[in-house]
Amino acid sequence: MAAAGLTRASSAGRPLMRLVTMSGAPILQQLHLEERLLRTTGDNWCIINDGTAPPTIVMGVSGRVSELVEIQPVLRDQVPVVRRFSGGGTVIVDQGTVFVTFICNKAAVAGLQPFPRDIMTWSDYAFSQLKFGGNAQSITKNRWVHHTSFLWDYDVKNMDYLKIPKRAPEYRLARKHTDFLCRMKEYMPSRSVFTDGVITALREQFLVEPTDIETVLSDDDAFVPSTKLLSEQDLEEIASSKESLHRV
Amino acid sequence: MAMATSSRLFWASRAAAYLRISTFPRAFSTVLKDLKYADTHEWVKVEGDSATVGITDHAQDHLGDVVFVELPEVGSSVSQGNNFGAVESVKATSDVNSPVSGEVVEVNEKLSEEPGLVNASPYDKGWIIKVKLSDSGELNSLMDDEKYSKFCEEEDNH
Repeated sequence: MAAAGLTRASSAGRPLMRLVTMSGAPILQQLHLEERLLRTTGDNWCIINDGTAPPTIVMGVSGRVSELVEIQPVLRDQVPVVRRFSGGGTVIVDQGTVFVTFICNKAAVAGLQPFPRDIMTWSDYAFSQLKFGGNAQSITKNRWVHHTSFLWDYDVKNMDYLKIPKRAPEYRLARKHTDFLCRMKEYMPSRSVFTDGVITALREQFLVEPTDIETVLSDDDAFVPSTKLLSEQDLEEIASSKESLHRV
Repeated sequence: MAMATSSRLFWASRAAAYLRISTFPRAFSTVLKDLKYADTHEWVKVEGDSATVGITDHAQDHLGDVVFVELPEVGSSVSQGNNFGAVESVKATSDVNSPVSGEVVEVNEKLSEEPGLVNASPYDKGWIIKVKLSDSGELNSLMDDEKYSKFCEEEDNH
């Protein structure tokens, strides 16, 4: 906590948070960036990625593909499937998704204990039982990532690639996607109102410094992110046999 | 005794959650006498140049229900203070750091099917890896049970 005290004194009470804004960046690229910033830097980061292409299925670290994804349609339509480094559920993301990620030093966010429970109690993003954002966390020794995919808009057809999960939070109540999700665009005038709002709120707690990601990252090939894109072969193997304990 | 206490508290907190009343946080977590502890809440049991590593009762209590344990490969090396795997609980995936350096000689395969062993039996059936130590001098930088208990108290009262 001494570190937090020092940063307060030096920046008029607010720690520095570097802001990276992107638009349409592929989610695999975003996740690799997040892992790299989490593990190889010591700064606080906020990443906003407004929309992504192509539409991609993103699973949590422990998800069993055969239980969460309709593999045959996915293979037929060549939908990319990514396994991310954080836990939590499976989503399908596309141009209608707005991503907001925080990567912070544990000491940076006053009042939050190092353990994940406090971060986990940050409210699930919902308007009266209808969810418009899902989030997940990954925690290292001194830092953590809290990343959220917000549903500005979504394509109902895309939800058909996902199965209703067997293991789900209580609020899910076995509802189909259309019954427990809502679209933010029905509640807010524009995407930029939302993203500008996030940045304004950030400025209350942090000294926000827009950062060009190119200038910060060295060509550090030593770091290997764990987020991976499942290959067609991976998916075919899973489809043709019962998924073994050794997950892909 | 410790297991019975854990069980009663477990059901009490489940009932409380269902009824939406708050429970008191655990006054203490189990800490075993013959183990060494890291400030990132892992324990190590040393027998000669062989060590068994897991996460503590305090850690599993704060993490909540463990749903997945990411294990390293047998034969890989671990170094003191660095992560070798991760534990997923609800929505957070948390690094597990090794309290010692050496080579991984065995991993607890049971955790693939029963990750909940980490919650139910953090010091026994929920062990995570076994390591052949490369430097037993490192043990001196770890905490004993008394120091670790105090450390947990201070952290929780923060």
